[in-house]
Amino acid sequence: MNFASKQTAPQSSQPTCLPWPREIVDRTGWLAFAESLAKGERELLSLWGEGSSVHMAVLEQREPRLRILSLECPDGAFPSVARLHIPASRLERAICDLYGLKSEGAPDHRPWLDHGRWGIRQPCGAQEKINSTCDPYEFLPVEGEPFHQIPVGPVHAGIIEPGHFRFSANGETVIRLEERLGFVHKGIDQLMSGASIERAAQIAARVSGDSTVAYSLAFAQAVEAAFDVNVPPRAAYLRALMAELERLANHFGDVGAICNDAAFALMHAQCGLVRERILREAASCFGHRLMMDRIAPGGVLVDLEREKVAGLYALIEWIELMTPRLIALFGDTTSLQDRTVGTGVVSESLAKQYACGGYVGRASGREFDARKAIGYAPYPQFAFEIGASKECDVDARVWVRFDEIRASLQIVRQILDGAPEGPIIAAWALPEDWTREGAALVEGFRGDIFVWLRIRADGVVQRCHLRDPSWFQWPLLEAAIKDNIVADFPLCNKSFNCSYSGHDL
Amino acid sequence: MTFLFDLMAQGVQMLLVLALAPLLIGFIRKMKARLLRRKGPPIIQPWRDLIRLLRKEVVLAENASWLYRSAPYLIFAMTWVAASLAPTFATGLMFSWSADLIAIIALLGSARFFLALAGMDIGTSFGGIGSSREAMFGSLAEPATIMIVFTVSYIAGTTQLSEIAAFMAANLELRASVGMALVGLLIVAIAENGRVPVDNPATHLELTMVHEAMVLEYSGRYLALIELASALKLLLYISLIACVFFPVGLATHDADLHTMAIGLGAYILKLAIGGGALALFETSTAKMRVFRVPDFLGAGLMLGLLATLLVFVTRNL
Repeated sequence: MNFASKQTAPQSSQPTCLPWPREIVDRTGWLAFAESLAKGERELLSLWGEGSSVHMAVLEQREPRLRILSLECPDGAFPSVARLHIPASRLERAICDLYGLKSEGAPDHRPWLDHGRWGIRQPCGAQEKINSTCDPYEFLPVEGEPFHQIPVGPVHAGIIEPGHFRFSANGETVIRLEERLGFVHKGIDQLMSGASIERAAQIAARVSGDSTVAYSLAFAQAVEAAFDVNVPPRAAYLRALMAELERLANHFGDVGAICNDAAFALMHAQCGLVRERILREAASCFGHRLMMDRIAPGGVLVDLEREKVAGLYALIEWIELMTPRLIALFGDTTSLQDRTVGTGVVSESLAKQYACGGYVGRASGREFDARKAIGYAPYPQFAFEIGASKECDVDARVWVRFDEIRASLQIVRQILDGAPEGPIIAAWALPEDWTREGAALVEGFRGDIFVWLRIRADGVVQRCHLRDPSWFQWPLLEAAIKDNIVADFPLCNKSFNCSYSGHDL
Repeated sequence: MTFLFDLMAQGVQMLLVLALAPLLIGFIRKMKARLLRRKGPPIIQPWRDLIRLLRKEVVLAENASWLYRSAPYLIFAMTWVAASLAPTFATGLMFSWSADLIAIIALLGSARFFLALAGMDIGTSFGGIGSSREAMFGSLAEPATIMIVFTVSYIAGTTQLSEIAAFMAANLELRASVGMALVGLLIVAIAENGRVPVDNPATHLELTMVHEAMVLEYSGRYLALIELASALKLLLYISLIACVFFPVGLATHDADLHTMAIGLGAYILKLAIGGGALALFETSTAKMRVFRVPDFLGAGLMLGLLATLLVFVTRNL
């Protein structure tokens, strides 16, 4: 038994949330926070519904500290945050679709995830049965004589996830792009509610397949926070190893895919080689190419065998040899630079307003990295530099990825050098005493993944909210493509590489 | 007897280009794959794809007009005729009197016209985008081609392609104007055939396509005909460049079978070199922005114009 017995039963009916306490606010308090978001004093991390209340997670600007706020809304409505701080808009629309909680005074009341095809309205709320139809959706109007619309998707010509893009263009120049997402809604929130912790961990690992390690890690950290479980040092190191391998594989895949969209297949082939070797090494070390279901609350399920370490060293050395060549190939191919430089600019102010994480934020001057800002174990022990740029274009997003590759290589080397021996999972059992809450913020390859959960005394997940970094990146893609040409959209889109699955829930 | 032999030689050429065109595409794809350290599909894969497409059901949009259904046949016929007229292994074949360079350009231009119309016929936005881009590229590529044609025609004193090839083969000399015309024609050939950096033949990214966007709605035998026509077009451009600028090994129509065989070998070698060079070039460059293509084609046009002026003013350069 490693969970803390020092924890005392909460006094009020509201369980305490760990490691960041959840504060109950009234409408005035809620609006005060919304105003501070609009002023840029705080950054919005997430907004989610539960029964008849809404929760909001914000990041304090002066000190990197999270705050979680709750507002009871017995009349099924809450004051809109989006009215003051527009990045909250899609989150509020999703809350309305899933929980039926209306946002008062919101600038946009159109449904977001609900396309009218579920056979049910408000699946987490009233669960009103409807005949499955397809709701008409009003795209924002673009007025003027020479403009035309280009609908793209949700079924694309390539093998990518489904999403609809509505371009309003003047010849080749994009006047406005409007996204419509929600095609891969899987009902994660409903599946989570009522699941056992093991089952919930599996669901979390499948929210967005390319970030499966990061999601598992975020979920595990939230559970561990709720039950005050201490993870053994070796487990923390192995988790970081998996997370960095996942990051490396995804960044190489992305760099290659971005170049391939500019018809530069050479880079795609070379990066594909590196990615494949990382995945094979992961399969050899952890028994799964994507390392799915390898992290569990309390630690990790698979230990790294001593014989496998040499293979990882060899992999890192080979990547360290390849990376400068790939960087040279990218930077010295003028035809490629001609496509990426100055394309798809996301202004620094927008990145800041949307609290946009990952390479998108970092390429636009927002240097937030949960590994440093939150400093979860074992990252405070490692020396690494996170990339940053103020160029804001597709090129910058590629260079930031190269910087992150370099940082990850440094971290992996330090993990291999310094991984302690010992147990890989904490022996812990459910205390079965009272309802607990936990939260975590973990850096996936796309950016920070936020998890908040509440687990009942009998070990059943009551509510688990998983916020993908794409929630705050998708809207910026619309801004990035504006005034660019239609043919540059694939390049911009790949440089963002947002998750559809993680966003559609 | 001579008549029969001539007819056979012409017939062989027509079938040869038809047989070789998909193989050329397959060869280029194979080369590109090898350059990317992939195995790549076999060289005959494009033929297999064509046969598969011919067997498949045609799915037509409800609002497709007669134009949409007839365009593939027209495009294929025009391109095939044009490709058969250009000298491949021998000059002075039976129908070569009709192989006027301007006629070949006109045939290709008409094929483009019908393809662009077919792209717009159904009214999908991608077809429209493709047609609009194709028209923009075509309006620059065609004048450039005409200028290049003028240059070589002025030097050879005729617009008959067969005679130009025979003249070039007989008078191998270095001319600045011919060099410029060659570079110009290479630029035009890349743009006309939708190769990197102008268009990406391998992509299905909806928003960047040009040629693929126009033919996006085609299926079954219609698609097979269009694919075959675009393969023939690429073969035609390589044949054109080979016979005008590198007329080595070209046989004459009255040569014996042995010389013809050498001509055929030389032709296949030239195709392989052309295809290999294209694969190498495509691998080493990224696609350019759509609005940069006019600059690229403008360079081709300027080179053609300069070459014409040079040959007109100096007569021997």
